[in-house]
Amino acid sequence: MFPGRTWREYPQRYRLEAVKCSKSGSVYFPPRLVTPGTLDSDCLEPYTLPDDGTIYTFTVIEVPPNQFKDEAPYVVGIIELSDGTKITCQVTDCDPSKLEIGQKVKIEFRRIQTDGEHGVLSYGYKAVPALKGVTTV
Amino acid sequence: MREVAIIGVGMNKWGELWEKSLRDIYVEAALAAIKDAGVDTVDGMYVGAMTPGLFVGQEHIGSLFADYLGIKNLPTTRVESACASGGVALKSAFLEIASGFSDIVIAGGVEKMTDCSGDDATYALATAADQEYEAFHGATFPGLYAMMARRHMHEYGTTQEQLAHVAVKNHKNGSKNPNAQYPFEVTVDGVLNSVMVADPLHILDCSPITDGAACVVMADLETAKKICKKPIVKVLGFGHATDAIALHSRKSLTRLDATILAAERAYKMAGKKPEDIDFAEVHDCFTIAEIMVIEDLGFFEKGKGGTGAESGETHIGGRIPINPSGGLKSKGHPVGATGVAQAIEVTKQLRGEAGDRQIKGAKTALTQNMGGSGGSTVVHIMEVL
Repeated sequence: MFPGRTWREYPQRYRLEAVKCSKSGSVYFPPRLVTPGTLDSDCLEPYTLPDDGTIYTFTVIEVPPNQFKDEAPYVVGIIELSDGTKITCQVTDCDPSKLEIGQKVKIEFRRIQTDGEHGVLSYGYKAVPALKGVTTV
Repeated sequence: MREVAIIGVGMNKWGELWEKSLRDIYVEAALAAIKDAGVDTVDGMYVGAMTPGLFVGQEHIGSLFADYLGIKNLPTTRVESACASGGVALKSAFLEIASGFSDIVIAGGVEKMTDCSGDDATYALATAADQEYEAFHGATFPGLYAMMARRHMHEYGTTQEQLAHVAVKNHKNGSKNPNAQYPFEVTVDGVLNSVMVADPLHILDCSPITDGAACVVMADLETAKKICKKPIVKVLGFGHATDAIALHSRKSLTRLDATILAAERAYKMAGKKPEDIDFAEVHDCFTIAEIMVIEDLGFFEKGKGGTGAESGETHIGGRIPINPSGGLKSKGHPVGATGVAQAIEVTKQLRGEAGDRQIKGAKTALTQNMGGSGGSTVVHIMEVL
């Protein structure tokens, strides 16, 4: 992966930077240039996503893509953050068999993948269960 | 707008076709369709292919195929909409004929998926998802559909057994299709005990990696009536719609909005309702997809799609047979070819040429071809004259 490709995503991946429409209040992540349905590009303002939410759905990936070979099985989920925005990320530091829809999670900064022969490291967000009774490290 | 008909169909027996190249596979299907139509020339060609560049390192396939088909200088366009590329090729050919610009056009589709490693094929398929916000985090295609399945199970009580019944039904149909990649039957227990790919989807919930091509020859109705010696299958209408390709950007994960909209548009153009459809070929890339799609096409109430295969309603002989060809599950899923192959099954059924899997008395049918995790859908409605 060319480093520029991951570098330009840092604001979203490292700091959960999104945009919010000043007219409708709708939040968009990742940030986009136009408010959907309006062709208006002037009313989107910077906005930071909350770092807490619940599991909306999830799966346990048993057959992984190449760059995740060493991590399978691992959990990928869609998290509904406390402001209603949904994001896709891994759910980590958990026992996959104990995960449930609706379970509370915190979003943390983690290493995501190592790509290619030169091993370019990519970082971003993962979810970690916040519920009591679920093992966290 | 002129009326348009399908006058010839051709495809290969699908599978791991190691002895055949990308161009061989396509030319074989195109030639079969031309012979079936009984024409000696065509005015244009559209080829649906998802990513021959990643699968075999070949782009510019429109010109390549026209050359190897031996139709000198044929204007040929390659179209792409992930797994809905074939459906978009059909729509494009339809429009070129309906507009009056051309009389006879080939709509084809192809994918050669076994010339690369399994890892490379997985990567190539994942490019239909949001690379930076889904695939980056380790989501795979089975994983995306698995997340929809879990949500459907959570909201409507759909069960893994109901998912398995879709695979069982489609393999039963496919066992009667000589062109199917996996023409054998499976059992509910066999599906539930097969290897887990992305929980809750087992390997037998997933469509396979396939080499294959499919082509149809289409013509304006007047030309069709002059040329065609077989029953003429008229294309009554189509609908095409897109949606966010990332699941997290959609309002609901148990509804496929692109399919709902494409179907609405197709029903309106064709002047038909779901009750008028005798059978359908739908995009069962994963068992959960068929369940959601038959709801979104209006054949089942939302949340009740899981009962279709389990109760027998979607079997051949049932209320609304789904995927008599065996679907993507048993027939195979060379991604770019799938949408065109659906039209071939519909044509064969409507002509009464479907052999052991013939649906008796079928007059009107629908095809639904879907890209990625539902980010694009093309629906066509056909009727035999």
